[in-house]
Amino acid sequence: MAEPKITMKEVDHVARLARLALSDAEKERMRRELDGILSYIDKLRALDTEGVPPTSHAVPMTNVMREDEPAPSLPQADMLANAPDRSGEFFRVPRIIEE
Amino acid sequence: MSGAYEVVIGLEVHAQLLTRTKMFCGCSTVFGAAPNTQTCPVCQGMPGTLPVINRRAVEFGITTALAINCTVNADNRFARKHYYYPDMPKNYQISQYEEPLAVHGHLDIEVDGAARRIGIERLHLEEDVGKLIHEGSLETAQSSQVDFNRAGVPLMEIVSKPDIRTSEEAGAYLRGLRAIVVYLGVCDGNMEEGSMRCDANISLRLHGGELGTKVEVKNMNSFRNVQHALEYEIKRQTRALETGERIVQETRLWDPDKAQTVSMRSKEFAHDYRYFPEPDLPPLNIEPALIERLRESLPELPAARRQRFREVYVLNAHDAEVATQSRGLADYFEEAAKDSSNPKAIANWVLNEVLRVVPGDDEKAIRSCPVKPANLAGLVTLIEDGTISGKIAKDVFEKMYRSGEDARTIVLREGLTQVADAGALGAVVDGVLAEHAKVVEDYKAGKKAALGFLVGQVMKATAGKASPGVVNSLLAEKLSKL
Amino acid sequence: MLTDLTIHELAARFRRGDATPTQAAREYLDRIAALDSKVKAYLTVTGEAALARAAEADARFKSGTPRGPLDGVPLGLKDVFCTRGVRTTCGSKILEGFVPPYDATVVARLVRAGAVILGKLNMDEFAMGSSTENSAYFTTRNPWDLSRVPGGSSGGSAAAVAADLAAATLGTDTGGSIRQPAAFCGNVGLKPTYGRVSRFGLIAFASSLDQVGPFAKDVLDAALMLQAVAGHDPMDSTSAAIPVPDYAAELDGGVRGLRVGIPAEYFIEGLDAEVEAAVRAAVETLEGLGAKTESVSLPHTEYGLAAYYLIAPAECSSNLARYDGVKYGLRVPGARDLIDMYSRTRGAGFGTEVKRRVMLGTYALSAGYYDAYYGKAQKVRTLVQRDFQKAFERVDVIVAPTTPSVAFKMGERADPLSMYLNDVFTIPVNLAGLPGLSVPAGFTKSGLPIGLQVIGKAFDEATLLRTAKAYEAATRWHERKPGLAE
Repeated sequence: MAEPKITMKEVDHVARLARLALSDAEKERMRRELDGILSYIDKLRALDTEGVPPTSHAVPMTNVMREDEPAPSLPQADMLANAPDRSGEFFRVPRIIEE
Repeated sequence: MSGAYEVVIGLEVHAQLLTRTKMFCGCSTVFGAAPNTQTCPVCQGMPGTLPVINRRAVEFGITTALAINCTVNADNRFARKHYYYPDMPKNYQISQYEEPLAVHGHLDIEVDGAARRIGIERLHLEEDVGKLIHEGSLETAQSSQVDFNRAGVPLMEIVSKPDIRTSEEAGAYLRGLRAIVVYLGVCDGNMEEGSMRCDANISLRLHGGELGTKVEVKNMNSFRNVQHALEYEIKRQTRALETGERIVQETRLWDPDKAQTVSMRSKEFAHDYRYFPEPDLPPLNIEPALIERLRESLPELPAARRQRFREVYVLNAHDAEVATQSRGLADYFEEAAKDSSNPKAIANWVLNEVLRVVPGDDEKAIRSCPVKPANLAGLVTLIEDGTISGKIAKDVFEKMYRSGEDARTIVLREGLTQVADAGALGAVVDGVLAEHAKVVEDYKAGKKAALGFLVGQVMKATAGKASPGVVNSLLAEKLSKL
Repeated sequence: MLTDLTIHELAARFRRGDATPTQAAREYLDRIAALDSKVKAYLTVTGEAALARAAEADARFKSGTPRGPLDGVPLGLKDVFCTRGVRTTCGSKILEGFVPPYDATVVARLVRAGAVILGKLNMDEFAMGSSTENSAYFTTRNPWDLSRVPGGSSGGSAAAVAADLAAATLGTDTGGSIRQPAAFCGNVGLKPTYGRVSRFGLIAFASSLDQVGPFAKDVLDAALMLQAVAGHDPMDSTSAAIPVPDYAAELDGGVRGLRVGIPAEYFIEGLDAEVEAAVRAAVETLEGLGAKTESVSLPHTEYGLAAYYLIAPAECSSNLARYDGVKYGLRVPGARDLIDMYSRTRGAGFGTEVKRRVMLGTYALSAGYYDAYYGKAQKVRTLVQRDFQKAFERVDVIVAPTTPSVAFKMGERADPLSMYLNDVFTIPVNLAGLPGLSVPAGFTKSGLPIGLQVIGKAFDEATLLRTAKAYEAATRWHERKPGLAE
């Protein structure tokens, strides 16, 4: 069998980077599926892209800017209306533990 | 001191730009609004929203880059920097990574008369994050509150090269950088309020040896704290190295109450920010004409102005530094001093009396001073030509401050003209000497302090208007004859 | 029935006074109530608001001051567009209760044009999918065969038009999400040039690929819809400041002398025989109308899929980072701390396909992998663009199949990779940022629609529409409707 493109350890690491809680079953399935997709994507490696510039923007444009003129902000009530946990004028979040 | 070790310090400064609106949306940047009232779907990172670059922020960035001798990258672009934190609405910050606005500049500083050039690695633009308010301290809080008013405010990040070698140099670098951004009007340089922030990277190495492990130091909210924190770190790392202990690569926070740095977390591995070019923003291509226009509009910068004040007005180093601490103050001084025969006296008045009475050293505060520069110059002239004494002048200044009038008008109206006529004063002196024969005896017996008393009595008798110089010489003459 | 009519036919009735917008809105709402339990196109029906807007339009027609071709016309919107005061889910549980405080620019433009919004349409979660089976809510059915998928991610938008549950709808296309469902459902589906239509208010999937476009019953309707939403938007830095032509004006110009390219690489093994036959017949029809066809080569076509499945997930992993339970949407209760809250919320709120792409994208951008994956894919993107540039030196449009197959049965494409292959003909067009549309090109023996794709030069939607119009007039496939019993 060809060497796996992605290991379980990498799946764990990426899930942590992406802040996704995955069950063990999900992780195993994810590993298999990602492995398959990455193998498919591997065909890109064969392509010679020496000297080819990357495309970040489909239609080239530059210098799109706006003037420093104030526009009305939205009312506080509108901004807080969707808050899952509202604390007065603030959004509230659970305790923050440094990783 | 560190002796065997060379200290290697790099400073990262974040300066909030004085634009009217945020970096990527039209919300106001005015400080102090009620929480979450200066936000919109864009700066709150609501689904579907898109950023639009603030032109003035870019111009402020270019202007600053020119003032610190950087090369402006005509082609530069924004990039996304990813990490999860509740003050980050999108959980990525729009910043600049591989193609920043400017690179490779320098700032010249002076410490104890020695001049040094501190290299600047890069200058780039990014958006600020919101404010987190913890219930108590970060370590013990069960929850925190988020206010996004500040999220999206334009920030300029200036990264120095690791050229700084002492905590004094760090202080000088910060003060120099602050003076420049304040002069340019791009940032108000207020470290206590957070409009200018500084993080440090510090390591120690043996002279000529390999670079040591870098420690990041944060939470230093004043120039003094930066110096103290660095001094502490130098001591801590020196001690560690001398006892064979390994320096951990980590982030430490300065605790001003305990006067020490405290480990925040063991950051053995760097963050994986997963930078990639911001797809929602087309790249910038700065036209040479714009760079030239901004370069031509640069004002005389603090260092050059300081130098000129020392040469033209013959101010000493300290006075020159204080007089140029803000553009407003420097303008005031120069306006007053330009036609004066005694710029040194003008400097004394500006740095002592004027600074004492104005609410701040920013342009608005200085301009609000009722004593206009020309009038201050007039006051000094009256002292120079003997019309009034220095002591009376202080009173006159107070009156000028209250009424906005010029000195001569006040002096004439209130009859404050100094009395210098030897004949008139001679009579007063005689009277005083006659009245205080005992004191005269004390003086002749060797008590030099008695002279001061006698001078004081003459001043009292003349309601302060006697010329101190004439009084002193008259007293000396008459006492010697007794 | 008013619900049988196209936008332009409806508008004519309104103008003549033969029907009112309120009547049209009522008929559509009644039809939705009767049939949508079978089709399942709508996530949210905004009946009250629709009737209120329709009444306002009535008044305008009565006083002889209608706003334009879309005034009073009942439309549906893919639930990917933020609509002020109306729940917007993006097909996901993580946005289940989210009510935006603002309208997407395209929504505001349609409302300003007088359109009557009937509701929000079902979609694959966060626009990731090709069958609408990834919606966190339910799967929309293909009106031509209720056991089959309508395509995706704009499945609801396509099905609604096919089943006459809206006069036209708006969808989005990142890798084919308008064109493929249009082909599966027998509609006209148009993806404009990148930057032609504002993305402000469109919940982002892949920022450098997403575009907004219409589903319509015929080509003229598609032109009218595009006209209403196209044009520069100062809120979207990627929107083009290029003037918008009058799309309807040139529509009947025909295709005499038009140079049409047939890409060799699009006729591969795995292309359904009936689809291939229909496309080749379409080419002959165009030749019969005076077009000149020639073979062109787009050699990097097969690499396009692989590049897309790096670029799109990378950008999506970034765009979806904001769904974290802090400011809006779902928050899973009972978390120990912040990181636990983030992980549990995102773990529960995102479906499998979304999680898969977020993982893939995060991996592609992570330290040590950027150059090999995302960086490489961006270079391949340049090569795909150059293929089209070279081809367009010789031809005016490119004609090809829209999809390798017709609508498949629900549950049939369980393996992600086989699902991804659905988009092999549509993806390169998104990578290149070019405009593309799908127009009905016939049916299989079993009565399933086949789509013909027309691809054009940047900002040349007018030529695309003209080509499609000529073909439509000569074939009239669009007149056939699915037999949906009430």
